[in-house]
Amino acid sequence: MADYILKRLVSAIPVLLGISIIVFLIMAMIPGDPAMAILGSYATPENVEKLNRDLGLDKPLVQRYFIWLGNMLQGDFGRSFSLNRAVLHEVLERFNATLVLAGTSFVICSVLGVAAGTVSAARQYGLADKAITFAVLLGISIPSFFLGMMMILVFAVNLRWFPVSGMWPIYGERDLPSLISHLTLPAMVLAAVATGVIARLSRSAMLEVLRQDFIRTARAKGVHERSVIWRHALRAAMVSIIPVLGVQAGFVLSGAVYVEIVFQWPGVGRMLVDAILKRDILLVQGGVVFVAACYVMFNLAVDLAQSLLDPRIKT
Amino acid sequence: MSFLGLLVRNRLAFAGLVVMLVIVVLALVTPLLPLADPDVTDTANRFKRPFAASVILGTDHLGRDLLSRLLWGVRLSLAVGFASALIAAAIGAAIGIIAGFYGGRTDNVIMRGVDMLMAFPYILLALAIVASLGPGLINALIAVAAVNIPFFARNIRGVTVSIAHTEFVDAARLSGMGDARIILTEILPNVVPVIVIAMSTTVGWMILETAGLSFLGLGSQPPQADLGSMLGEARSALITNPHTSIVPGAMILVIVMSINLLGDGVRDALDPRLRSGALSRPMPSTLVRREEPVPAKETSALLALSGLKTQFHSNGRIHKAVGGVDLYVRPGECVGVVGESGSGKSVTALSVMGLVASPPGVITAGAAHFSGQDLIGANYETLRRLRGDRVAYIFQDPLTALHPLYTVGAQLVEAIRVHHAMPRAKAREHAVELLESVRIPNAEERLDGYPHELSGGMRQRVGIAMALANDPELIIADEPTTSLDVTVQAQILSLLSELQRERGLAIIFITHDFGVVAQLCNRVAVMYAGRIVEEGPTDAILNAPAHPYTARLMACVPELGRGRHRLAAIPGLPPVLDGLPEGCAFAERCHKAKEACRTGEIALTANAVQRAVRCIDPEFRTADAAR
Repeated sequence: MADYILKRLVSAIPVLLGISIIVFLIMAMIPGDPAMAILGSYATPENVEKLNRDLGLDKPLVQRYFIWLGNMLQGDFGRSFSLNRAVLHEVLERFNATLVLAGTSFVICSVLGVAAGTVSAARQYGLADKAITFAVLLGISIPSFFLGMMMILVFAVNLRWFPVSGMWPIYGERDLPSLISHLTLPAMVLAAVATGVIARLSRSAMLEVLRQDFIRTARAKGVHERSVIWRHALRAAMVSIIPVLGVQAGFVLSGAVYVEIVFQWPGVGRMLVDAILKRDILLVQGGVVFVAACYVMFNLAVDLAQSLLDPRIKT
Repeated sequence: MSFLGLLVRNRLAFAGLVVMLVIVVLALVTPLLPLADPDVTDTANRFKRPFAASVILGTDHLGRDLLSRLLWGVRLSLAVGFASALIAAAIGAAIGIIAGFYGGRTDNVIMRGVDMLMAFPYILLALAIVASLGPGLINALIAVAAVNIPFFARNIRGVTVSIAHTEFVDAARLSGMGDARIILTEILPNVVPVIVIAMSTTVGWMILETAGLSFLGLGSQPPQADLGSMLGEARSALITNPHTSIVPGAMILVIVMSINLLGDGVRDALDPRLRSGALSRPMPSTLVRREEPVPAKETSALLALSGLKTQFHSNGRIHKAVGGVDLYVRPGECVGVVGESGSGKSVTALSVMGLVASPPGVITAGAAHFSGQDLIGANYETLRRLRGDRVAYIFQDPLTALHPLYTVGAQLVEAIRVHHAMPRAKAREHAVELLESVRIPNAEERLDGYPHELSGGMRQRVGIAMALANDPELIIADEPTTSLDVTVQAQILSLLSELQRERGLAIIFITHDFGVVAQLCNRVAVMYAGRIVEEGPTDAILNAPAHPYTARLMACVPELGRGRHRLAAIPGLPPVLDGLPEGCAFAERCHKAKEACRTGEIALTANAVQRAVRCIDPEFRTADAAR
C-alpha cells in the first residue's frame, strides 16, 4: 500500500509541472507589454524598461519559466502589484474561504447526488424517478449565478431566513452558527450543478450494476431489497461513481467563482476575477497554479480511496 | 427505426427540439422584427415593469427596452455558444483522430498534453486564457472552445483507435490509399456520430460558460450585451427591480434546458445500447400477469409447476420463452431438465422464485406449488422469506454470480443471517463448516478472500456452500458445471450427488448435457422451444428415447469407448420464440414430420410407467419400453 501511495505521488509530479508550464505559456501569450499594462499608457519608455528588468521580463522565455518555478518551489509566488502584497499570502487567505465553501458543497453534492441517483435507479420509471430526473435536468441547466440571485431574492430578501451575502457578519461574533447561516445559500447553489451530474451518473451506474448476475444471486439468497440496492448494488456502483466525484470536485472548486461573486464570498475565485480585470498577472498565475495543484492532489486522494474500495485493483 | 423517428418518439426530446427551433427562428428574424433599438437609452423611463405601457418586458437601468435587448442577446449567446462548440469539436476531433490513427509516440505525446489540460479545473483554465487575451466576447469564445478541446480529443481518439484496427481500414491501406484519404473516407464517417453526441451534450454547457464569463464582465463589453452580461448588469438592481434579472436568467435556463433535453434524446437515439431498452433494471421479483385461470392446488410433490408460461415483452414483440410447463419434484429427488440453449429451461427454473429479469419478463399463466403454497403471484415478502432459506439456487458462472467486492465470508454470513438472526461470530463459524462441507481446504483462511482470488472450481464450491447455508429443501441448479473444466465438472457433480444423498435434498438440475443427467438424476424432462417434449425415469429415457428430438439430442453426445461413431448434429435451428408454428415446434427439423404434425395442439401423452411424450408418432410405443 505504501509503495502504491508513493508511486502515485511520484506520478503527480509531471502533471504538476505540466500545469505550471501551461499556465506560464498562457500568461506569456499576453499581447503587448505587461509592464505597460501595470504602469498605464502614459509611462515613460525608461520606466517601462526598468520595470521589465525588475520583473525579469527581459530574459528569454525558458529562463523566465525556471526562475518563476524556482521561486515558487521556495514559496515565493511573487508580489501582487494591485494589492501590494505577497501573492502566496493573499492566495492562502482567500483559498481558506473557498475551501470552506467548496468543501461544504462537495459533501452536499456527493451525498445528495449519489442518494438521488440510487433512489432514481431503484424506482426506475416511477414517480420518484421522474421527479428526480426533472430536478436533475433543472439543476444542470440553470446558471449558478442566476440560481444564486434567485435564492438571495427569495430566501434572503423576502423570507429573511439567511443573510444576503458575505462570509461573516459585519458586526458580531465570528462563530460557527453565523458561518453556517452565511454558508447555507452559497453552498447549496454551488452544489446544484454537481448534484445533478452526480445523480445522473449514479443512476446509470446503478442501472448497469442492477442487471449484473451477483444482484440476482443476492435476491436468490433472500436478501432484503433495501439491502440489495444500498449494499450490494451501490457498493459495486461506487467503483464507477467515485472517479466522477473526483471530476466534480474540480467543477465545484472552479464553479465557486460565480457563487463567490454573487454572494460576495471572500474566496480565491473572486480574487482571480478582480486580478484579471486589473491585469495583475502574477496574482492570476499564482492563484491558478495553486488551485490547480490542490485539485491534482485531491484527485490523487480519490484514486487512493478507489484502491481501498476495490480489492481487485492491485496496490 | 430511423434516427428522427426515435427522436420524435422521445416526447421530452421532441419538446426540447420544438422550443429550441422556436428560439433559433426568433433569433434569426430578430433584425426584421419591429423592435426598439436595444442600445438606445432613455433614463426617464428606467426600470419600467413588464407589461407597463408600451414595453412588454419592461426596461432596464438605462431605460432600454428589455424585450429587444433579450432577443438581440439570445442571438449573440446562441451564436457564441454554437461557434465555440463547433470550434472545439473541429479542433478536438482533428487532434483525436490524429492521435488515434497514428498511435505510438504521436498518440503518447498528444494524450499526455490532453491529460494535463484535463487535470485543470475547467473554469479556471478559461479564466486564465481570458486573463491573458483580455476581456471581450471573442476572447471568451476562444477560451470556452479551448477548454473543451481536450474533452472532444479524448472521446474521439478512443473511437478512432477502435476503428483504425478494423479490417476495412486495413483493406483501404492495402489498396494503396493515402493516410489523408483513409481518414476522410473511412474514419471520419464513423466518428461523426460520436462527435454529434459529444456536441449535443456539451453545447448547453458552452452556452452557460460563455454567459458566465460575460456575467463576470470578462465577455461581451457594453453596450453590446449577451444574456450573461445582461444578467451581470442587472445584478446591482436585483433587490429593487428583480425583473431585469429574471428576464435574461430565465431565458438562459430555457435555452440550456431545451438543448439538454434534445441532447439526451440525440444520445439515446444514436447509442445502440440504449436503443434496445437494455438498460432497464430488473425488479425485485418477476412481474406476474396471469391471463388464464390459476391451476388447481397441487400438494403431492415438494414443488409442482403446472401450466407455467413465461414471456419476454420487448419493443412490442412477445417471446414465448416458456409455453406451458408441467413439472414436479418430490422430496429427496433429483430431476434433470435438458435442452439446447434457448429451450426455456433456465427461464423455467428462474420463474419458480420470481427471479426472471422483469422487465422484460412476465409470467402469464400457471402455478408453482411449493409445499402446497402457490409461489406465482405470491407477494414479494413471502418469496423473499423462502428464497435461499427453503429454496436455494446455484448459478452457472460463479465468477459473475458472486459479489466481486465482498469477501467470501461476508457473502456466506449474510446468506445465513438474512434468514436466521444470530451473532456475526456464530454465523462465521457456521460459514467455516459450510466451506468444509463442500471440501474447500483452509476454509478459515478462505473466508477472508475475495472471489477473484479463487479458482473457478473453488468459486462454484462457494456458490454451493451459499446455497446450502440454510439447509434448504430444494436446490435449483442452473447449469452449475457448464463454465467449468471437465475434470472440475466431475468433482462438482460428485460433490452435489454426495450432498444430495447425505442431506436428502431435492434438486432440479438444469443442463444441456445428457452425460450429467445420467450421473445425477432420477428423472429427466426434455425441453424444446419452451415446452417439455418428453419426461420419464432417467434410465428408461436414456435407453429408449421416445421423442425424435430426444433421440437426436442424445446422438449429439460423444461417448467414450464408442470408437468411430459419427456424431450427428440436428439439422436446422430451433424456431424463433416470437412466432412459434402451429403444431409440433420440432416438425421443421424432424425426419418423420408429416401433415398431422403441423396442425392443432399436440398433447403430452402419459402412460402407465411414468413416461410421457409430446409426439403423435414416437420412436416406439412407450408402453413397449416398459418390458
